[in-house]
Amino acid sequence: MALRHFGAAAAVAIAVGMTASPALAATEIQWWHAMTGANNDVIVKLATDFNASQTDYKVVPTYKGNYPDTMNAGIAAFRAGNAPHIMQVFEVGTATMMAATGAVKPVYKLMTEAGEKFDPKIYLPAITGYYSTSKGEMLSFPFNSSSTVMWVNLDELKKANVEIPKTWPETFEAAKKLKAAGHDTCGFSGSWVTWVNLEQLSAWHNVPLASKANGLDGFDTVLEFNGPLQVKHLETLVELQKTKTYDYAGRTNTGEGRFTSGECPIYLTSSAFFGNVKAQAKFNFTAVPMPYYPDAKGAPQNSIIGGASLWVMGGKSAEEYKGVAKFLTFLSDTDRQVYIHKASGYLPITKAAYAKAKEEGFYKDQPYLETPLLELTNKEPTENSRGLRLGNMVQLRDVWSEEIEQALAGKKTAKQALDAAVERGNTMLRQFEKTAVK
Amino acid sequence: MQKQAIFQSRLLPYALVAPQLAIVLIFFYWPALQAVIQSFLLQDAFGLSTTFVWFENYLDLFRDAAYFEAIVRTFVFSFAIAASSLSFALLLAVMADKPLRGSMLYRTLLIWPYAVAPPVVGVLWIFMLHPSLGVLSRYLRNMGIDWNPLLNGDQAASLIILAAAWKQISYNFLFFLAGLQAIPKSVFEAAAIDGARPMRRFWTVTFPLLSPTIFFLLVVNIVYAFFDTFGIIDTMTRGGPGTSTVTLVYKVYSDGLLGGNLGSSAAQSVILMVMVIVLTGIQFRFVERKVTY
Repeated sequence: MALRHFGAAAAVAIAVGMTASPALAATEIQWWHAMTGANNDVIVKLATDFNASQTDYKVVPTYKGNYPDTMNAGIAAFRAGNAPHIMQVFEVGTATMMAATGAVKPVYKLMTEAGEKFDPKIYLPAITGYYSTSKGEMLSFPFNSSSTVMWVNLDELKKANVEIPKTWPETFEAAKKLKAAGHDTCGFSGSWVTWVNLEQLSAWHNVPLASKANGLDGFDTVLEFNGPLQVKHLETLVELQKTKTYDYAGRTNTGEGRFTSGECPIYLTSSAFFGNVKAQAKFNFTAVPMPYYPDAKGAPQNSIIGGASLWVMGGKSAEEYKGVAKFLTFLSDTDRQVYIHKASGYLPITKAAYAKAKEEGFYKDQPYLETPLLELTNKEPTENSRGLRLGNMVQLRDVWSEEIEQALAGKKTAKQALDAAVERGNTMLRQFEKTAVK
Repeated sequence: MQKQAIFQSRLLPYALVAPQLAIVLIFFYWPALQAVIQSFLLQDAFGLSTTFVWFENYLDLFRDAAYFEAIVRTFVFSFAIAASSLSFALLLAVMADKPLRGSMLYRTLLIWPYAVAPPVVGVLWIFMLHPSLGVLSRYLRNMGIDWNPLLNGDQAASLIILAAAWKQISYNFLFFLAGLQAIPKSVFEAAAIDGARPMRRFWTVTFPLLSPTIFFLLVVNIVYAFFDTFGIIDTMTRGGPGTSTVTLVYKVYSDGLLGGNLGSSAAQSVILMVMVIVLTGIQFRFVERKVTY
């Protein structure tokens, strides 16, 4: 309601401004996003600061619901011919957006055409790689990024006399000890079952999730995650599920309360879980890098990101694009990135901002906030760890989860489940390839 | 003769129903027509490339074993939801119909759950039956049942049926109560004088006289179970574990909005529409004959 009034007031202000002196008329830039709470405040502050910094453009942020809602709203608006200028899209929507040539304006093109200074090298490659072509051309602008980390309840580990595990075998042993020490419903667990146990696991061990550099090099990618490493990992989880040493916590992040309540002392999920942990956990905690299998060659490699990026929509005027380009430059500013990092807990996207946060001693008291950055920059990204670009990714994850659930419930073996997940997923990828604009 | 005299002009009656017709056409027939058109197309999410593929979307569905599983599952769910909520509501209505002290209070309280939105129902039941947080799951575990609807498909399915049926009980209760109160007391008294015991009175007097209500509620409940259970499924299980709670309407959503496959999603909607039309047709044609009005 307040927003609507604000919009009306703004419109009146602009109308008045136009009649009074045309030079004052600011070009409006619509920014649709999916951020709530403290992160919404960050968005509003960024827009307000940008609008105050100059008079030619006015960024108007609008909350459009959760990630899928925002994306669907943007798609529907595009079909109706009034898409926003900037749309926040979660990482798994990347392939869908990228396939829509004509509906989107790639960021690297936008910056050149608008004559804005733009050096892709100042950004952290582990983050921008996810949103760039294989040639390194940035398609969308990373906004809020996170990665998978292992959250640890330090008090409970101390009580059970368990060291913080570094490898998967150590994690399994730790979970068994924790179970024996009273955590009989959950030794360890995690959210986003496919993100953690297929996508990140594969990247972290430098094995492919899918061919063609996990889809980055083309839509004719084929899923390949039914290899020995992933099968072995799932087999172990299935075995541990029987005794609840590992206990499945669902497809999304609805099980995260099991960590903050103290039930699961070890929990793998997004680094963005920090806000909730800080607010709710009544124990000492930390976040450490994901475990790895020491017998896997070259592990650990580097992790991949989660989160969302800003897509610039197509079909707008050159003047409007100029404003969007200026706004993206504004967001890339070092101090501003440090502010976003500190205020939201999401990762900085430029190398300079990371260095500055480090210099300021931001990670001294809270070393766990640096953990995802250490994981992402652990090694130079390879074909298997640069990112993922699979069409229909939201539904793909559901299908993979379905199969993993079958395995954990004992209805299929780990190998059968992953084979089926690959096969069903490939059918969906072919369907996507058919509809993608050539 | 007199009826025709009311409308002098032939056009006037049409003009009078025109607003209603316009609403029906714009809000019901137009979207339905759009769905039919979309179901013949192969289109990306943004509508940038469109190919006319005739019946390919339908054929793909009929070749998909998962689709048939979803059909069977939807019928099982609908039957279970309708049967359990109807029988329980009838039981409650018969109880509340008795001359009791404070019966108004009971009746009001029993109607309340109907005001709760389906996703909220989902959240409520999640809290009660969550494997690690739920109050009820602790009792179940103490009773020796390994309650884990996150992995056990049968348990997840019963959870959905339970939540969906619970939501519908109030609505059914309301209609049953009204139906019961419409039955003349003299009929019961006559039966009682003839020596019929309460159970016999129920089956030979109440039940047949209530059959129009039962018939009506059966239609409403099945349509409810087909469509309105979406919110509950989406909040509680998102179709999982495995595919054990994926119903037809959930599949329409997941293929269309999550998968971006609008053609298949539209084809599924059309099939669903045909199914409900046929189902309702059958009910009116065959079941209604046995109903005593």
